[in-house]
Amino acid sequence: MINFQYTRAGTVAEAVSRMAANPAAKFIAGGTNLLDLMKEHVERPSQLIDISRLPLKRVEETTEGGVRIGALVPNSDLAYHPLIEARYPILSSAILAGASQQLRNMASVGGNLMQRTRCAYFYDTATPCNKREPDSGCSAIAGHNRTHAILGASESCIATYPSDMCVALAALEARVLVTGPSGERGVPIADFHRLPGDTPHLDNNLAPAEIITAVELPPRGFDAHYSYLKIRDRLSYAFALVSVAAVLELEGATITEARLTLGGVAHKPWRNTDAEAALRGQAANEASFARAADVLLRDARPHAHNAFKVELARRAIVRTLTQAARGTPQSQSNKKIA
Amino acid sequence: MLEKHPSPNPDPFSPPEKLAVTLVVNGVERRLDLAPWTSLLDALRDHLDLTGTKKGCDHGQCGACTVLVNGRRINSCLTLAVMQDGAEVTTVEGLATDGALHPLQQAFVDHDAFQCGYCTPGQICSAAGLIAEGRARSADEIRELMSGNICRCGAYPNIVAAIQQVIGS
Repeated sequence: MINFQYTRAGTVAEAVSRMAANPAAKFIAGGTNLLDLMKEHVERPSQLIDISRLPLKRVEETTEGGVRIGALVPNSDLAYHPLIEARYPILSSAILAGASQQLRNMASVGGNLMQRTRCAYFYDTATPCNKREPDSGCSAIAGHNRTHAILGASESCIATYPSDMCVALAALEARVLVTGPSGERGVPIADFHRLPGDTPHLDNNLAPAEIITAVELPPRGFDAHYSYLKIRDRLSYAFALVSVAAVLELEGATITEARLTLGGVAHKPWRNTDAEAALRGQAANEASFARAADVLLRDARPHAHNAFKVELARRAIVRTLTQAARGTPQSQSNKKIA
Repeated sequence: MLEKHPSPNPDPFSPPEKLAVTLVVNGVERRLDLAPWTSLLDALRDHLDLTGTKKGCDHGQCGACTVLVNGRRINSCLTLAVMQDGAEVTTVEGLATDGALHPLQQAFVDHDAFQCGYCTPGQICSAAGLIAEGRARSADEIRELMSGNICRCGAYPNIVAAIQQVIGS
């Protein structure tokens, strides 16, 4: 790590004003991703603004019947919160599918949203990377790209976004509440993260000096029919090759509502409303699920080493929707995929 | 010291500003003056001579540096000591009481739950956190919730058996 100034913010307003005064500063909360990147010299902030003691650690019901999650709630506390376990079990499941318990104890909800890609070239400062160093080139496109994106990538960047939590938040249509120099605003989770385009150095649509203060869940929690299935190179503590969050509402055997979001395949949680529309009104069976998978994957563009992800995603979508329809969600401790 | 407004762009080659940090480590208050980038792990090992906590990967991938902070297990390599100012830290040196091994330490001996022993302090502190969380009952749950602690010798079956012994007692 190179030298930096350390400052502890006492209020959200102070955090925002300090960040506005120094564009080379970074907020630090759990630190699990940022400090790792600083040790690798990928991130070189001149100042760390410690926001970890701000009063943003509550999980509370909203007057609209949803739940507001403070940005500094640790991932483990959120996964085990009674309101989340009971009403939004796919969120608990997705969080517990990611990282380790030590990391989940440290990592904050806001920091999870701000996670950066684990593309090996992004981490390796000896190689070109448009995300780390704009206009330097992408080493992954012609390099080792087994773990990279198959959807929504560009000629500038084929990195994937690593979060599990946000795949579930996308299926739940969460809203991210932020505060900046010009006040507060809410950002739908679908609009929070960006596709790489020709600006892959921008992971999200936060304005300068904006800080995440909370994540809001709408009332609909899909507690009856949900599943989060994560496929990876080892059974625990690894990033997703492909993950699927599926939530359904059924009337008898007919699908009345469906949300389908993928992780590990794109620069953001990948949601395709055409695939969801293809499920509505259909019988909840394998043929319907396979048709939805075909719609979702029809624009998939694999690279030299990750063509397997297309078929893996197709099968994972069918399996996850089947688990959701049956009311038998994937266990995150017994890894047998039923 | 933390209240003053820093100059926004410190010279990366200038001597670091030292920050006053107080930690309660294994029940004893310790006061330190640390460069801002000092991890909790380095503070414990290099400034307090508590070398039971191990540095494995230094990137949160191996779990060897696991300690309890305010009763919760974390990777001490991925937090700055200054961020933990005022915290209660328990390391493997703080688990035994009055010369008697902690039940987890005894169970690791009973089950031969290590070979080289390098990961063991992290395994034991992580298991102490796991038991306090109360979320693991079955072997599957123990394996999953201990997956942040890597053992390159492959003592996993005995580690799980040792933890099961303590959970069951």
